[in-house]
Amino acid sequence: MAHKKILFVNRKAPYGTAAACETLEAALIAAAFDQEVHLAFLDDGVFQLVKHQQPAALGLKGFTEGFLDLAEYDIDHVWVEAESLAERGLSEHDLMIPVALLDRAAMAALMNNADLVFSA
Amino acid sequence: MSMLHTVNKSPFASPTLASCLAHAVDGAAVLLIEDGVYAALAAGSFAPTLAAEARRLRLYVLAPDLAARGFADAALVAGVKMVDYEGFVDLAAAHSVVQAWF
Repeated sequence: MAHKKILFVNRKAPYGTAAACETLEAALIAAAFDQEVHLAFLDDGVFQLVKHQQPAALGLKGFTEGFLDLAEYDIDHVWVEAESLAERGLSEHDLMIPVALLDRAAMAALMNNADLVFSA
Repeated sequence: MSMLHTVNKSPFASPTLASCLAHAVDGAAVLLIEDGVYAALAAGSFAPTLAAEARRLRLYVLAPDLAARGFADAALVAGVKMVDYEGFVDLAAAHSVVQAWF
């Protein structure tokens, strides 16, 4: 299979829909097929990475601890839009993993340079 | 007896809460649930809107939904009260009409 740069665009909060969980699964699968996986978080997608989530409070098993294992899948491109964090009163210190911050224009460029975009 | 409104959408992703607030009459109760709880974060950009509404509405947020999302200990907009599931039931029982905004 040709090696492709695949960008997974996460714009949804973690529990309101299944989109976030399913996008993470798809990203891990793409990484297992040796693709160059990039994860982008913008809009409410930044809420997926917030520390100290307690899905057990809802009787859910949760999925976001999966972000802690990205390195094991050789996924080391995690991009977060700075404006999206700021609008929600968050900073990178509120996130569970180290990320690279991009401004909106740089995020647009990242999207533009991907071979494939998988958005949710 | 006044109304209870429930809102389950993030204010950053949907105009649902804004529409609810535009239709809630003075003295009504608004309970933020599921992704609606993001509106209650004091540091977020929706906070000034909600703080202004707290002067004429009774505002509540469902604690387990905050905790699930990582905000169990987060600062909330002044005037917003946390309730648990029992509190949700009490609110529903205390109001003659419940409207779900989703």
